[in-house]
Amino acid sequence: MASQTEIADNITEIVQSALEYYGKKEEELIPILAKVNRDLGFLPQEALEEISGELKIPKSKVKSVASFYHMFSTKPLGRHVIKFCENAPCHVAGGREVWNALQQATNLKVGETSADGKWSLLTTSCLGLCAVGPVMIIDEDVFGNLTADMIPDILSRYE
Amino acid sequence: MKTYRSMVLVSNDPQSMVQGAQKVFETLQAEVKKYNLEDEISITMASDIGRMDISPVVVIYPEAIVYGPINKEDVPYLVEEHLYKGRIAANLQAPKKALSGPIAWLTAREGSLPAEQRIVLERAGLIDPESIDDYIIHDGYQALGKVLSDLKPEEVVAILKDSGLRGRGGAGFPTGMKWSFVAGTENDKKYVVCNADESEPGTFKDRLIIEGDPHAIIEAMIIASYAVGADEGYIYVRGEYELAQARLRTAIQQAKEYGMLGENIFGSGHSFELHVHAGAGAYICGEETALLESIEGKRGEPRPRPPYPTTNGLWDKPTLINNVETLANIPPIIRHGAAWFKSFGTPSSPGTKVYTILGNVNQTGLIEVAMGITLREVISIYGKGMKDSISFKLAQTGGSSGSIIPASLQDTPMDYDSYSRAGVSLGSGALLICNEQTCVVDLAKVLLQFFRFESCGKCNPCRIGNIRALQTLDRISQGLGTEQDIATLQSISKNLFEMSNCGLGQTAGTPIRDILTHFRAEVDAHIKLKVCPAGVCEMSGQPILYQ
Repeated sequence: MASQTEIADNITEIVQSALEYYGKKEEELIPILAKVNRDLGFLPQEALEEISGELKIPKSKVKSVASFYHMFSTKPLGRHVIKFCENAPCHVAGGREVWNALQQATNLKVGETSADGKWSLLTTSCLGLCAVGPVMIIDEDVFGNLTADMIPDILSRYE
Repeated sequence: MKTYRSMVLVSNDPQSMVQGAQKVFETLQAEVKKYNLEDEISITMASDIGRMDISPVVVIYPEAIVYGPINKEDVPYLVEEHLYKGRIAANLQAPKKALSGPIAWLTAREGSLPAEQRIVLERAGLIDPESIDDYIIHDGYQALGKVLSDLKPEEVVAILKDSGLRGRGGAGFPTGMKWSFVAGTENDKKYVVCNADESEPGTFKDRLIIEGDPHAIIEAMIIASYAVGADEGYIYVRGEYELAQARLRTAIQQAKEYGMLGENIFGSGHSFELHVHAGAGAYICGEETALLESIEGKRGEPRPRPPYPTTNGLWDKPTLINNVETLANIPPIIRHGAAWFKSFGTPSSPGTKVYTILGNVNQTGLIEVAMGITLREVISIYGKGMKDSISFKLAQTGGSSGSIIPASLQDTPMDYDSYSRAGVSLGSGALLICNEQTCVVDLAKVLLQFFRFESCGKCNPCRIGNIRALQTLDRISQGLGTEQDIATLQSISKNLFEMSNCGLGQTAGTPIRDILTHFRAEVDAHIKLKVCPAGVCEMSGQPILYQ
């Protein structure tokens, strides 16, 4: 993931490439936002404004769509994003203890990013990996069959 | 068509992935390359879901030898023995499994599949999902050919009606009826939409159907478009399912190249264009009208109904929306006929159902069995019994469309009518099996937390009701409950049922209603005795501030 200053330089370029890829149509708004979110790590205000101008959709509407979907973030996130599934199947399989251990180990509550910018702790909708619950995802890596005592070791693998 | 001497499939169900299936796959590729066999042998990841007991599984065709569990250290030996020298690596071979399924080909493939009745998952794990040729060899696009050459659109609808197929997304609406509504609406533009926004907690059947057999969905949608008179379609796949999206895009491209999609398909005069639309993380988009809003590029907020999508759907045009599992049933029904389909399941709910088994059982996983099996059978046969022999307390059947099934209903046949008579619902087919150590207040809290998180916020009963119910349940779980809380919960649940705009809100009250109906004494113990009988709730005297 790019640093803050690199992000600012890249915004126009990344937005333009997404617009070019999907075409400047209102129905492509969600795919466009998804691509920009993936490339930048989040959706900065400048990107939303540029998309609004190019697609000729009111800024308020672009913002309302960007804030509606859970896979989009309008705030910058940490270097590593932890997404923990706290749905019933993972919960019944022992997810509660794992979730407590995660909050303790990162010293974060849900939705928070650590001061040093290393971690963001989020919950996620069911990932469809319930057969190996409790499940979490760090960046793109999936961890299943979790127990609380596995957490420190897993977190220590990330710089 | 490129032909290979051997085809190797590596299972990539969640359990296999956790156990290193990706590494097995990569090592296989590297080893095959070492022997310069990459042009003779195809290696593919497939949702081989049959053998959770021996995952990761590697199946090598044409011999259909099942190896498992395989780790990456086994791969060099396996490649050398089987693929290079052509000998079966017997010490890595999986033990054979007894089969009792009634379908003949199941028995023919002894050892490779468990005893189930597979209609929807017929090919998953048996074919290379990225090869249209493989699909065609296994009866693929046969139903489409039959439809386009022999049947009129109204005859296709009639077959479906006769088959008694009901929507597998959760509500169980008769599929043929839905098709006839769209077919009967006059308009020069109509759409067919596949709802693959599978987000009910505990449900991953649609993902495995798409990942294992993507062409089945495409074939079914072309048939649907012909039957209802549509010329454009969308598959709405949830954003989290990236592999499923990629498989569908590949499959659509292949279908186009073969002339199954596009203008004037097989010279029949029928044209159909198909797109994949990825979601971006919103459970509510599984609600069909919210899904339509999302395809149009808007916030996924449900529309008021009526009018229904069958008359005013995508961009206000008549739209047929079907779930993945429903669609996967269509080609086999067309191929074998309605009478064949009705030979499975129960009279009111013919066919099979794909279930995911989760929670406190010895074997979690995915099965496809005939409608009408009982929960007791599912737990004992497929779940291999309760884990640590702790007794069964309840099952939760997934997300907003499901309900809590108490032990007293474990001998009730699982079909739409029997369950609805018992006041419960089958939901999306997730079976979260909970043992005696589960607390119903805690479970309801988790479910309500889910609804609070996923409520789109459009209408008050759902936006406010879910958070109030969650706060009330939390107070009860912290030992601060009062008699008044029961009345509060009942009234919130009633308001949710009666006044919410869409299916999410209307069913968000189900967990509350179910625990008060079936487990009232346990809730009362929390309130009157300040005791959690299962020993789960904290009873700390400190409520959590949910906002």
